[in-house]
Amino acid sequence: MSTITPEVVAAHSLTPDEYQKVLSLLGREPSLTELGIFSVMWSEHCSYKSSKIHLKKLPTRSQLVILGPGENAGIIDIGQGYGIAFKIESHNHPSFIEPFQGAATGVGGILRDIFTMGARPIAVLDSIRFGPLDDPQTGPRNRRILEGVVAGIAHYGNCFGVPTVGGECVFHKSYDGNPLVNVFALGVIPKDKIFFGRAEGIGNPVIYVGAKTGRDGIHGATMASDEFTEESKQKRPNVQMGDPFLEKLLLEACIEAMHSGAVVGIQDMGAAGLTCSTCEMGSRAGTGVEIDLMHVPQRETGMTPYEIMLSESQERMLLVAEKGREQEIFDIFDKWGLDAATVGVVTDDGMLRVRNHGELIAEINNRDLADEAPLYDRPHTKPHRNVPMEAPDFASTDLKADLIKLLSSGDLCSKRWIYEQFDYMVRTNTLAGPGGDAAIIRIKETGTSVAVSLDGNGRYCYLDPREGAKLVVAEACRNVSTVGALPVAATNNLNFGNPQRPEIMAQLVEAIEGMADACAFFETPITGGNVSLYNETLGEGILPTPVIGIVGLLPTQAPVPSRFQAEGLTVMLLGGIGSSDEVHFGGTQYAYVLLKQMWGLPPALDMAVEKNVHLAIREIDAAGLAASAHDLSDGGFAVALAEASFDGIGAAVILPPSSLRPELLLFHEAPSRILLSTNSPEEVSKIADKLGVPTQVIGKTVKGQVVIEGHLSAAIEELQQPWASALENALHA
Amino acid sequence: MKFGVVVFPGSNCDHDAHYAVTQNVGAQASLLWHQESSVPSDVDAIIIPGGFSYGDYLRCGAIAKFSPIISAVTKFAHAGGLVMGFCNGFQILTESGLLPGALIRNSALKFICRPIDLRVETTNSPFTNTATPGQILSLPIAHGEGCYTAEPHVLDQLEAEDRVVFRYVKNPNGSLRDIAGICNAQRNVLGMMPHPERAADPLMGSTDGLVLFHSLIASLAAK
Repeated sequence: MSTITPEVVAAHSLTPDEYQKVLSLLGREPSLTELGIFSVMWSEHCSYKSSKIHLKKLPTRSQLVILGPGENAGIIDIGQGYGIAFKIESHNHPSFIEPFQGAATGVGGILRDIFTMGARPIAVLDSIRFGPLDDPQTGPRNRRILEGVVAGIAHYGNCFGVPTVGGECVFHKSYDGNPLVNVFALGVIPKDKIFFGRAEGIGNPVIYVGAKTGRDGIHGATMASDEFTEESKQKRPNVQMGDPFLEKLLLEACIEAMHSGAVVGIQDMGAAGLTCSTCEMGSRAGTGVEIDLMHVPQRETGMTPYEIMLSESQERMLLVAEKGREQEIFDIFDKWGLDAATVGVVTDDGMLRVRNHGELIAEINNRDLADEAPLYDRPHTKPHRNVPMEAPDFASTDLKADLIKLLSSGDLCSKRWIYEQFDYMVRTNTLAGPGGDAAIIRIKETGTSVAVSLDGNGRYCYLDPREGAKLVVAEACRNVSTVGALPVAATNNLNFGNPQRPEIMAQLVEAIEGMADACAFFETPITGGNVSLYNETLGEGILPTPVIGIVGLLPTQAPVPSRFQAEGLTVMLLGGIGSSDEVHFGGTQYAYVLLKQMWGLPPALDMAVEKNVHLAIREIDAAGLAASAHDLSDGGFAVALAEASFDGIGAAVILPPSSLRPELLLFHEAPSRILLSTNSPEEVSKIADKLGVPTQVIGKTVKGQVVIEGHLSAAIEELQQPWASALENALHA
Repeated sequence: MKFGVVVFPGSNCDHDAHYAVTQNVGAQASLLWHQESSVPSDVDAIIIPGGFSYGDYLRCGAIAKFSPIISAVTKFAHAGGLVMGFCNGFQILTESGLLPGALIRNSALKFICRPIDLRVETTNSPFTNTATPGQILSLPIAHGEGCYTAEPHVLDQLEAEDRVVFRYVKNPNGSLRDIAGICNAQRNVLGMMPHPERAADPLMGSTDGLVLFHSLIASLAAK
């Protein structure tokens, strides 16, 4: 009698067609364990089956790229024999079900991706999104989720000893039942010591190291590939538990083992655990892997082969060692107090063969699992949008009050309550931490520093996924350039709803294409990333939210501050005041916060102009001409001017004559603009002119005041106090 | 002049202390593994760095105090050797009885990472002898359990004996009497929650931490 009924197949989230493909690949009916193995490897999370054909459009190469997508993390060359490995990954679904552990293990997972390559992690950034904290119905739950996520990230990163140096925190109703937790990690690696997840060398031992296997996280990857329903809360056992201390030991032991020369290949056990690591390592090397589960260190008694293969217990790695050198590996792991056990051997037949006390449990071709997952060219129509093109009537009665409301809104207010819970300084490399345009991390080994910015904008992408994605890339490159760094590479996290809905699939396709265009134009190839689909609860999708992480390089030196530092300096707008109109105002913070509406289109971007602004600010920074520089983005000019004043030095400015009405003039979000202060305005203009970038001298820095002639005047304190206290007030409401 | 930097599994600030001492102070340093049972004879002073020794799952420093290296450090201290514990190092020193009192959860119940101002309360110590009395130092804190607490008579005694080395200008964590750092009666063991090793490099925004290392070197030279 067959145990694999259609119900069992459906419970594994495989479609009838997918099951037919399993049958034809195997040439027989799978065992339950084999079905479980197929289901996780072919899940959206592991196989990228809905996005893969579109991801191929992304640029992935440049002279600096050592390693592009396909491995655990991308690597770029930073010179002097070193590279940096980095990637972003989501833990959205687990963070909704269990915020603390969901976020903590999100950090743990991406850190393992980095040190699996042989890189020592030196920085984490996070991009997190929640439902509104002040919503009468969902506010209390959103507050709990935020507090849990922040505490989870802090717990894991602080204890592991990696600084959490920046990121973004954004609120929107569409994240109510579906928070986004995207974690970026970056590590430094000697170029001649890069390790791959490959099971090379027939007869080499396969060694399991790290934490024991328990029943936690079984089918986490499949869960992450489903929409949420009312039953989702019962999936709590699908969420893993993190142990950052164990991970710290695992890092030190793995790096020591790698440097011993006895390690041939290594891969972390993340999503789909032992299953994914065995078949992927075999598939990449074109080899087979045979393991016996009786050797797997286990935390619980009576675990079935199904449970052992599918467990997502954290802090585990699988490595292939040189035959005969097992003892060296065991000695290193013993020094760090960690389990290490030979669980199998590399074979020549390309098969994943799983035994339990000798009995054959599963026998599947590695390539069938890792490379033969179904690929879908899902139908895509017009991107979903349900807002008008035309602007509503609106008129401000008090621009200063508007500015204060914006500064104390969720997206724009100070995130100090969050980032002070993160140790952002450990390892003493943080030249610029949270709160600036980009974080800057020094690489002690080379005299080079790395600037990183994470950026996403769901409202822009909802109004126009293609242009929105371009704007997101442009802004992150602008952030990195503003601190003086040359953007060189990118990693992306694509957070979308259900790809089986053509209007959602269209959002994904257009966003990928927009991102591809922009990354090619700004010369920031995407070296890896993550796709998170099915971000829907009860049929309601999130705003399409592609998040980009841009990495830039600069010489190690004191950073250019984003805030005004001295009185009497000339204040300039590099890129000018920019242009906008009512239609292109519909995705701004002003529309969202003050008018509580969304309409029209995102701001218009001219990538050529944008790139010249980047060139100009980098040259200005390199020449030491900028006393401060801060890019204009969410909230537009007035918000940037206020933010730049929060060290106590403000500015008195007169904006040039403009046909824009005051609300647009002060708050429109056209890109390609940077606010700077300088004592050499002529030199700055010379550089800008040479590159064809418009500049405007708009005023002088002054003590204690923010004045925009004819529009508003405020003491800095009037603006700063609401900005500084808003998040804490909202959390403790 | 050579520092020994203790390394526990989970000592995250060991590299930072080693880097500050060797690169910013210009002294020598070696790492002392937690399972070593003696302090090498060429070590002049010991740093117990910050981090999460053994994960600190039970209580900060509660496991570390049983380690072989802490027995060795205790002997070193009893023989008059100079010992500095920063952050988790301070927690370990109180747990192991080398310093009085205890560090408990911050009053706001959250981890806090930020630069704070610290006042030098005494220059009568080998760790502050080149500072000026009342000097304000800007040093980072990064801890979840940094609220210094002790019985009132212990606090009175610390004050009477001029053993409060540092006080917070603005108390961030609820520490009793704003205490940020103390020394033992023999004045050769210092514990403090802020991180001087993170304020030793101009690129990190403050070099106010250097005064501790320079003082220590000066006092060793005077011996």
